[in-house]
Amino acid sequence: MLENAFLIPFYPLFAFVIIVFFTRWKEKLSSYLSIGMILIGLVHSIGVLIQMIARHGEPLEMSIPFINLPELQLELGIWIDPLTAVMLVVVAVVSSCVQIYSLGYMHGDPRWSRYFSYLSLFTFSMLGLVIANNFFMIFIFWELVGLTSYLLIGFWFEKKSASDAGKKAFITTRIGDLGFIVGLLMLGLYAGTFNYQEVFGIVKSGTLSPAILATAGIFIFCGAVGKSAQFPLHVWLPDAMEGPTPVSALIHAATMVAAGVYLVARAMPLFSASATASMVVAIIGLITSFMAATIALTQFDIKRVLAYSTVSQLGYMIMALGLYGVDTYHHHHSPGFYAGTFHLMTHAFFKALLFLGAGSVIHAVHSNDIRDMGGLYGKMKITAITFVVASLSIAGIFPLSGFWSKDEIVAATSGHPIFMFFTLAIAFMTAFYMFRLCFLTFTGKPRDQHKFDHAHESPKSMTVPLMVLGFLSVFAGWVGLPWLSHGFSSFVFHGEAYHAHANYLLMLISTVVAVSGIGLAYAMYYKKAISPDTIVAKFKPIYTLLYNKYYFDELYEAAVIQPLMGFSRVLWWFDANIVDGLVNLTGWLTVKWADIKMWFDKWVVDGAVNGIGYVCMFFSWLFRYIQSGSFQFYALVVILAAIEILMFRVSLLTFYILLAGVIIMALLRLALKNNRSGRMKAEPNIEA
Amino acid sequence: MGHYIALAGVLFAIGIFGVLTRRNAIGILMSLELMFNAANINFVAFNKYIASSSGTLTGQIFAIFIVVVAAAEAVVGLAIVLLIYRNWKGIDVDRINIMKW
Repeated sequence: MLENAFLIPFYPLFAFVIIVFFTRWKEKLSSYLSIGMILIGLVHSIGVLIQMIARHGEPLEMSIPFINLPELQLELGIWIDPLTAVMLVVVAVVSSCVQIYSLGYMHGDPRWSRYFSYLSLFTFSMLGLVIANNFFMIFIFWELVGLTSYLLIGFWFEKKSASDAGKKAFITTRIGDLGFIVGLLMLGLYAGTFNYQEVFGIVKSGTLSPAILATAGIFIFCGAVGKSAQFPLHVWLPDAMEGPTPVSALIHAATMVAAGVYLVARAMPLFSASATASMVVAIIGLITSFMAATIALTQFDIKRVLAYSTVSQLGYMIMALGLYGVDTYHHHHSPGFYAGTFHLMTHAFFKALLFLGAGSVIHAVHSNDIRDMGGLYGKMKITAITFVVASLSIAGIFPLSGFWSKDEIVAATSGHPIFMFFTLAIAFMTAFYMFRLCFLTFTGKPRDQHKFDHAHESPKSMTVPLMVLGFLSVFAGWVGLPWLSHGFSSFVFHGEAYHAHANYLLMLISTVVAVSGIGLAYAMYYKKAISPDTIVAKFKPIYTLLYNKYYFDELYEAAVIQPLMGFSRVLWWFDANIVDGLVNLTGWLTVKWADIKMWFDKWVVDGAVNGIGYVCMFFSWLFRYIQSGSFQFYALVVILAAIEILMFRVSLLTFYILLAGVIIMALLRLALKNNRSGRMKAEPNIEA
Repeated sequence: MGHYIALAGVLFAIGIFGVLTRRNAIGILMSLELMFNAANINFVAFNKYIASSSGTLTGQIFAIFIVVVAAAEAVVGLAIVLLIYRNWKGIDVDRINIMKW
């Protein structure tokens, strides 16, 4: 199975091709094909993971040459290490659940087959991204992932907001990708190769200067900033919630946005060789995480809260990885790498579950606004229970999976007090806003009776994936129990294995933080002991700032879009007046010149040709009178000519005299042309 | 021999003159006959004086052929003249200039 691991991305690709070319018109078949292929991929991925565990994480690399130029060798290949194996399983699990869930959620959609083909293409890209063995290949899949994300966000492109969101996501991530490709080319230039292991070998050998390492690292991190929606490029992710909810769960919660984290983890040898780059990574992660968590406190759109929560959690992972880089540079032991990747995995499960649960709620009440919900627990028990489980998990309550991974992130910040303080603050906010969501959605009185009456539990195809993910949200974290001697930490690691050990004080602190967050939410939204309105009134400016998401969109509108538009208008004016003017002038001159040439053609060239014709016509008009029609004249000429030929041999003098005579006769004939002009008309034959 | 050629030449010249100057189509046809006969005389005379030793009669046979062809030609010619007469109510060749430009 491990040897055939390169097949894994091809299963969904196969489904995509078949759907696009053959089964587009057979909708049921398309979806079953897509789901079947990803399930095969899932089985294969699990097989790869098991084999990887069996060989104690011994990495495997296979490649074929792709482009061979004297200065540039590119290859297509796979690199499978524990991180890859885990990511393959995560992507395949989430993708399978989401595709099955979509059977219910997308029921009756007119572009059903297209939807599943996009999902397959996305899964292919994501698996390819994870399995790639060089930076060049990861970039290809990186862009493919961006493309499919664009297609899926704008899937309901009749809605202007959806198509705008698609464009926004594509363009915003593109800015990060520009940085990514710069960093990639820098590596290619200085290291002379794109292959991970060769690049890292060169980095390790210390031949590259720290400045180059830091610059390349930061540029590569730009790609991660774009894809993982980190500050300051996070603005696209909340808008991306315009896409179908399963897509949000798959792409914008569990897999694609994790690509940035994966990239940082993958390029960890580079970051751990540069404290500057790592510090930038950690700080960006912290800023993102804190900012997004505070915004999530105030939002009312259920999917947007989850989106900001995703941004916040991704910031967590990025921060942990960055801190790991810093610590490793200073030769400190740190659980950061393991914490970041572990949280990446657990987060993928519970965040996908949260999104799918939110989708189930939205499916029931046809509204995204939590102010329209309330009291839904009685109507949709499975959704509510799984949603609460996921919320507990993300809040970090013992013994759910989120608890273990979040704990490690907190542990990773030990030695950096400021980071630790904010990390705990974020954990508190996370617990608060998640339970604000839970209480507002599932408890209390229905705020919109009409919508409440129509609400109903979702079909099996939607609830089963919820339960599967719910199971994983609870138990997936157990692979990283600190008491295990061969847990997650000794499987996925960078450098030397980090041996997790239980830190009971830390566990206690984070549990207290989480429980107090939940407690505050309980007091405010369930018991109504504290009125949210009074708090809002008290902190009006801060609330407005948060409610408007720190005015990032407005800031970009004013700072980037407006100047760009103004500049574009100037360019447009230049184009319309100067460039077009020049072009039109050239055109006008050409036309005039063509007119002159036409005149020349018409009168001089045609004149010469016609003139020859007219001259011919004139002479033929003149000479045709020789053709008198009198056969006796013709006979005379013939006989004279015969005599002429004879005379030519006998006497030249006589020849010329006779010739002159003939010409004179002909001229006489011309002179007499009018004597009997007009053709004799045959008279009608009366007898006949 | 010379007398024969002279006779033939005179006959031929008279024929040409007749063909070129007669206005009467019948007259032209008759002049043509004169030219044929001038040619016949030449054939027979040359055969007699130049080729008689070999005993061949090519010239005489040729002359007979020409007579036959001339008779046929006269038939066609007279038929044309008849048609001309019907159409133009006359056989003055000067009036028949339909071959004019």
